[in-house]
Amino acid sequence: MTFTTLELRSITVRFDGVVALKDVSFVLESGRIFGLIGPNGAGKTTLVNVISGFQKPSEGEILLDGAVISDRAAHTIARLGVARTFQAVRLFRDFTVHANLHAYGVGCGLSSRAARERADAILAWLGLSHMAEWRADGLSYGDERRIGIGRALAAGPKFILLDEPAAGMNEEECDELMRLIRDIPGRFGCSVLLIEHNMRVVMNVCDRIAVIDFGRKIAEGTPAAVSADPAVRAAYLGEEVA
Amino acid sequence: MTTFLQICVDAASLGSLYALAALGVGLLWGVMKLVNFAHGEFITIGAYALIVPSGAVIPQLFIGALPIWLMVPTMCLIVAVVALITERIIFRPLRHADPSTLLVASFSLSFFLQYLILLIYGGRPKSIQIGASLNGEFAFGPLRTSWIDIVTISTTIVLLIAVALFMTRTRMGVQMRAATQDFRMARMLGVRGNTVIATAFAVSGVLAAVVSFFLMVRTGALAPRMAAPLVTIGFIATVIGGMGSMVGAILGGFLVGVVSAFMQFILPEAMRPNRDAFVFAIVILMLLVRPNGLISLRSQKERV
Repeated sequence: MTFTTLELRSITVRFDGVVALKDVSFVLESGRIFGLIGPNGAGKTTLVNVISGFQKPSEGEILLDGAVISDRAAHTIARLGVARTFQAVRLFRDFTVHANLHAYGVGCGLSSRAARERADAILAWLGLSHMAEWRADGLSYGDERRIGIGRALAAGPKFILLDEPAAGMNEEECDELMRLIRDIPGRFGCSVLLIEHNMRVVMNVCDRIAVIDFGRKIAEGTPAAVSADPAVRAAYLGEEVA
Repeated sequence: MTTFLQICVDAASLGSLYALAALGVGLLWGVMKLVNFAHGEFITIGAYALIVPSGAVIPQLFIGALPIWLMVPTMCLIVAVVALITERIIFRPLRHADPSTLLVASFSLSFFLQYLILLIYGGRPKSIQIGASLNGEFAFGPLRTSWIDIVTISTTIVLLIAVALFMTRTRMGVQMRAATQDFRMARMLGVRGNTVIATAFAVSGVLAAVVSFFLMVRTGALAPRMAAPLVTIGFIATVIGGMGSMVGAILGGFLVGVVSAFMQFILPEAMRPNRDAFVFAIVILMLLVRPNGLISLRSQKERV
């Protein structure tokens, strides 16, 4: 497995004077699951948007294996191997489930056949092979979200950014989701950046966690270290996990 | 029975032309929500490319003098290049404009090209003869038909199959269909917007060139506004087929062809010149019954 890193260097994002992110840095290592947590409005989704190229940073840069990618367009970043999920999944609704995955693989440069085989493998992994030929319209919420993760993996990315995958899921669905996320690095050779609200999911699957609050990183470390950090408890965990 | 078959051949032949025009229009609507009124001028340019630029009524053949196997690809190439140039200069900068801006831009382009043709070739209608051998009639049992009908129908079938294979089997086609579904999401997923749209323009140009070839073999009449009625029907066909659906556009084109051919037969002699009034009355009725067209795509509806 090739060793790839995604590095954020002093990322700052301002929207008309409002500072959404201030001087955020961290390094994602290959094969790891990195968690990013923070209260609502802390800047989590802005960070995903910056990494995936939907938002240009006001300052700072992002490097993939040492090469700057923060000045590239979103579709180029996708092609370079940084995939993401969306909170609103937005599947192609007149395509089948399988065709949705296939289109992503092809869009990112896989051959049609390689994309098809990969889509088959991912659907099998998700336990959704029986839905392959269903039209991607009117699917249940949980299925749609799982397909969203599958789609992000369909192009064989090096990094996958999961934007609040557990949102709206019940306990049981969360358990299934945790199993899937833990499985991603080993099975797909792909590191994970997990942005999540659900503490149980984050604490259980992540190797390492960064906490942001008001756009600043206030802590980084192992789940145990982070949850013991007094600054984190004061800013965030104190309200949720007493 | 023979009469019925005769009408069917006419219907299929006319429907083929309409389907090709509709597909050319529908393709660009699909990928960039562009109602391309200039598609008519693409067809016109294909036809005028056959002659040496001059104001003469009986013009000298230029590309039209080539053998057919060379003439048709050259026409396709010329129209595809024109389509690509308009994309690059006009429609690419307007990529993110709303559909009404695109509509006005395509109207302007349409007039611009018409007057450009007028400037170069003059306004008097011209007459040329190409592919004379295709106009020969032949009898198939009791059925009398001309080669051009058979060639039109079979070429259209081959072209439609080729487009279908392109759309479903090739990487570019898959990306084009994804862009048709949701252009923004397709770009987010790595699809190269510029390449996909440019390819759609080129394909649209090729389809326009094929239509102009058939038109020239049939009528041989050149005029700056010659393709306007055909393209209007192309639009109508995409609407009754269901905006955004390529299969719908093709079905719509054939449907208008069938209705026209049967009207020609059913209507009393004196009313035949007004045939189109009846054809379009039927179109209006159809839209009242199925406002979203024959094939209504979920992706084309507003999201809630």
